[in-house]
Amino acid sequence: MTSVVATNQTILVVGGGISGMTAALEAAETGKQVVLVEKNPYLGGRTVQLYRYFPKMCHPTCGLEINLRRLKANPRIQVLTLAEVTGIRGGRGNYSVSVKLKPRYVNENCTACGECGKAVETEIADAFNYNLGKIKAAYLPSNMAYPQRYVIDASIIGTPDAERAKAACKYGAVDLDDKEEVITLNAGAIVWATGWKPYDAEKIVYYGYGRFPNVVTNVEFERLADPHGPTGGRILRPSDGKEAKNVAFIQCAGSRDENHLRHCSRFCCMGSLKQTHYVQEAYGDAGKSTIYYIDIRAIDRFEDFYQKVKANPNVRFVKSKVARITEDKDGNPVCNGVDVEGYKRYATAHDLVVLALGMEPSVKGVDIPAEVMSDSSGFVMADPANAGIFGAGCATNALDVNRAVQSATAAALRAIQVVNKVARAEA
Amino acid sequence: MSDLNQQMANRYKNNFLKEIEEQAEMGEWVKMCMQCGLCSGSCPTNFQAGWDHPPQEIFMMIRAGKRDEVLSSGSMWMCTSCYNCYVRCPRKVPVTHVMHGIAEYAYRIGRAPKNQPTQHLSKTFWDNATKHGRVNEVKLTQSLYFKDGIGAGIKKGLEMKDVALGLVKAGRLNPLEALGMGHKCKDVDGIHKMLAKARELEAQRKGRDNKGA
Repeated sequence: MTSVVATNQTILVVGGGISGMTAALEAAETGKQVVLVEKNPYLGGRTVQLYRYFPKMCHPTCGLEINLRRLKANPRIQVLTLAEVTGIRGGRGNYSVSVKLKPRYVNENCTACGECGKAVETEIADAFNYNLGKIKAAYLPSNMAYPQRYVIDASIIGTPDAERAKAACKYGAVDLDDKEEVITLNAGAIVWATGWKPYDAEKIVYYGYGRFPNVVTNVEFERLADPHGPTGGRILRPSDGKEAKNVAFIQCAGSRDENHLRHCSRFCCMGSLKQTHYVQEAYGDAGKSTIYYIDIRAIDRFEDFYQKVKANPNVRFVKSKVARITEDKDGNPVCNGVDVEGYKRYATAHDLVVLALGMEPSVKGVDIPAEVMSDSSGFVMADPANAGIFGAGCATNALDVNRAVQSATAAALRAIQVVNKVARAEA
Repeated sequence: MSDLNQQMANRYKNNFLKEIEEQAEMGEWVKMCMQCGLCSGSCPTNFQAGWDHPPQEIFMMIRAGKRDEVLSSGSMWMCTSCYNCYVRCPRKVPVTHVMHGIAEYAYRIGRAPKNQPTQHLSKTFWDNATKHGRVNEVKLTQSLYFKDGIGAGIKKGLEMKDVALGLVKAGRLNPLEALGMGHKCKDVDGIHKMLAKARELEAQRKGRDNKGA
């Protein structure tokens, strides 16, 4: 049985991405007890799946490392991975929360030596790389994964492969009898930081994602550019492995659209402007980028970043929402539309098309196990009637990393106030 | 405001956008366009030569007050009502209906392009269908074929004679319609009264809107 120490002065943080980690750390560093619940086998969420951040173009692993140091140094945070909240009862200052823990089949003895991965033969889709490649069914989700422990995929349990993994482990870390369990814990306040997911690109039928291999999404492009990604950081197109030197970015793919996502996702313009740097970095002057846009929303301080990209002769801006993607005989995706500056029809072939997908809150369509209000896009809103549960980060709005961290700090402060009240009442 | 100020203000007043909003059906949607171009890119008619201005350009021209260019444009008349633009518009602008609304308004005030084939078809079809409550196919075809003169009409008729005979054999075309016979609706007077009432209501609605503006 997993044992968790929690009282009604504990703050529960749901979601271990950049927002959840921040909220948990900020609260714990003021002396509060925190339980951090993460659905994946590792912390860091979608942030660690990025290659670089805007505007400084630094690597997310750096920021993650700082946060992990804070986390490891802090005895007040208990981290539960492969864990999902299934029910919340009670109210502000006194919640009772059920958490379902999925088996990892690997215990604390694991040293991440990798022998089990070598022994196992079955391959599964690489979720960390947005299914762009395959990995062994005994795997470390990423090099930076915290906890640094392997995971054995449930699909091989009961097969000879699982036995091979067990036999390969010198440390007795493989535990094939690991079972799913549901635990109940107390909390005085809850921070809901379940983050976002990219909009389902296949729903934008006229862009042909899923039909044309050389139409990829912005999150997939991050993995293509990352040296730890499926292509080792070379920007190669999926259909034939050719170097993608002529890349098109389609903005508002799903966002600002009453038929898809109503809201502006805010980060995608900056995301694409950033990704033009990847093309330039990989291929120098031979790397050409074209950004198709309605209008560029490089919010507040990022205008400068936009102006710099605009001054780059290798980046072309076309003011038009692409109406349709077709494929020519060489497998090149062709962007079709009408240019707003001159109203001329164009049909331009590229090596690769990147859809700048918008942000959909992860909570949308999910039955949040508590009464939490959400706006017309599905983002969590502050509910004065239920003021012991606070949204943080992308669960509350379409935010970039910087703003998500600010939002998480604010949520932590609100949660701290609730548990302080509980503490005073009990003193 | 002084007269001079008033004159200046008038110079900047976009009366044409207001005119379209009030007079053309669905015209109030024009201001919702955000110029993304998805409608134009999705339009199948832009493969043809007759496409002067894509819908999003028409919307921008209206806002820019280009009254003559918009009303005399052939573009609205090229719409095939495929509704691609309508279903895709990120702002849910009923582009198809707006284009029809502007076309109808241009026709109503006599500014639509002359001898525009779609416009001729629409008018002919409407007159034909409302006369007896049902379309007289023979007369409709005749008036369309002979639009450009007797010679052209006969030539076109001969080209299409196999199709016509096929339709007659299948019972889809009654040759007696040429003599004014053939199918009619049961209550022709009722149809005419209904249409007259609709026109009256339409005029009332537009009149009230004008006063309100």
